[in-house]
Amino acid sequence: MILASTLTTNLAILVLAGFIGFVVISKVPNTLHTPLMSGTNAIHGIVLLGGLLVVGASGNGTFNKIILVIAIAFGTINVVGGFLVTDRMLEMFKSKPKAAAKDDAPAGDRDGKGPAQ
Amino acid sequence: MILGTFLQDQSFLDVLYIIAFGLFIQGLRGLSGPTTAVRGNRIAALGMTIAIVATLLNKFEGNWGLIVLGVALGAAVGIPAARQVKMTAMPQMVALFNGVGGGAVFLISWSEFRLTDGFTGVATYITVFSLFAAIVGSVSFWGSNIAFGKLQEIIPGRPISFGSAQQIVNLVLLILALAAGIDIAAGNHSEAIFVGLLVCSALLGNAVVLPIGGADMPVVISLLNAFTGLSAAATGIALDNTALIVAGMIVGASGTILTNLMATAMNRSIPAIVAGGFGGGGAVEGAEGAGEHAGTVKSTSAADAAIQLAYASRVVIVPGYGMAVAQAQHAVRELTKELEKRQVEVSYAIHPVAGRMPGHMNVLLAEADVPYDQLKEMDDANPEFQRTDVSLVIGANDVTNPAAKNTPSSPIYGMPILEVSDSHSVIVIKRSMNPGFAGIENELYYDPKTAMLFGDAKSAVSEITAELGEL
Repeated sequence: MILASTLTTNLAILVLAGFIGFVVISKVPNTLHTPLMSGTNAIHGIVLLGGLLVVGASGNGTFNKIILVIAIAFGTINVVGGFLVTDRMLEMFKSKPKAAAKDDAPAGDRDGKGPAQ
Repeated sequence: MILGTFLQDQSFLDVLYIIAFGLFIQGLRGLSGPTTAVRGNRIAALGMTIAIVATLLNKFEGNWGLIVLGVALGAAVGIPAARQVKMTAMPQMVALFNGVGGGAVFLISWSEFRLTDGFTGVATYITVFSLFAAIVGSVSFWGSNIAFGKLQEIIPGRPISFGSAQQIVNLVLLILALAAGIDIAAGNHSEAIFVGLLVCSALLGNAVVLPIGGADMPVVISLLNAFTGLSAAATGIALDNTALIVAGMIVGASGTILTNLMATAMNRSIPAIVAGGFGGGGAVEGAEGAGEHAGTVKSTSAADAAIQLAYASRVVIVPGYGMAVAQAQHAVRELTKELEKRQVEVSYAIHPVAGRMPGHMNVLLAEADVPYDQLKEMDDANPEFQRTDVSLVIGANDVTNPAAKNTPSSPIYGMPILEVSDSHSVIVIKRSMNPGFAGIENELYYDPKTAMLFGDAKSAVSEITAELGEL
């Protein structure tokens, strides 16, 4: 009984999360689809938690330990790499108005002086 | 039973997990606009940190050494990779990160199997979800690695397949993996069966992605992304962890939406793409087409192209994967600045599947500081071509191919394209007459108003800019 109710609760969470996902993601514009993909990619790195949970179990043999260390390493690559690379991409989008203004201003000056001379 | 051990008294932990997935959702909401997106990503990263800390707080027994070792290894690989990867190589990077996620999923499932002596005394539904995670995670891991190999050009981009037997091979592998899963769920505790399940899934992942042509890679990556998400959600149900369920499912939903969008933008169904082989037949037809057309291609020089551009009043730049490969985005930006000094109106027309992942061109042009409002999506760009003097196609191919509109026998017939042939004249910068990633000949190049400028996108664009300066 207890297991069954855990299952149904978790399935309910699963279904609701699916709908929330559809609603939230539908609002992301085409322009941001690459960062979206790499951002959601980072989020599924949450499987790292699974590795952390399972590694705590006692009586691991050497082979189990190897598998789990690899799993944790994979999960960490997924999470850390995913968020960092997404941040790098998004910074370029965000800082554009400012950066463009900064870059353009000196470039404009230089170009402006060029023809004037 | 390991789950029992983990589930002791975790109300506090549950609250932390709820906060974590709340932050994921809030973070993703931020991605709806370029100004809020950085913050959104950081909010999601904060949620992840909370979820990880909560899990570590819950550790009842040691093995900290293993955790530190795993995290250190992962960080040592992941951080430099993320810091150094070029924006042009982003599709490969995403494929790789996606793959390791899938890898973690199937390894976790495997160790659960071992720790419980083949799911002995584990509720059937937990076994079923673990097995689902093992199969899907393994398919995603191997599929993503193949996608990475193709994008990195370690493996040829052309479809590699068993021909007509491909579908049967895939089906047999899927049935074998499922049969192994059913056997285990029915109470077989043999590890050999579980390893067999992993091997069949691994072969399936290879067999599904190898025959898929490079042009379909955006779809494949986003489909595999959805797969990894779903397998993470399944792991969450098996481990009774709400943060995993919610995060995994949201990624599953996101991947599904993107996959659908991509498939629509290519006018192809997802099953047709997964069935693969696209591009193989097209390449043969293309080869014949090249024979017929040969000799009618007009080529131009950087100097002539510069003159043509300088006297235009409206120029549309159509970037494609060639621009990415040549790292030409900064050179293109310089050319744009030079043209704008001459009062030429410049905008960029971006096809939804230009490049190797959705939105790839936008990222590259953002990197080169191209203003946001100059980037036009396909539906806004197409009506404008008729009043465009020169369309400058830089390394884009299939997304401009009029065969998609005019030739019902073409493999890409029906795919929405950027209608550059509506403009008064077209300049195409391309390395050679080789067909594109889809392996299809492009009629546009034989159009009398098209001039080809052969060369590397970056040097060709820089030469045009230099010539413009001398005019």
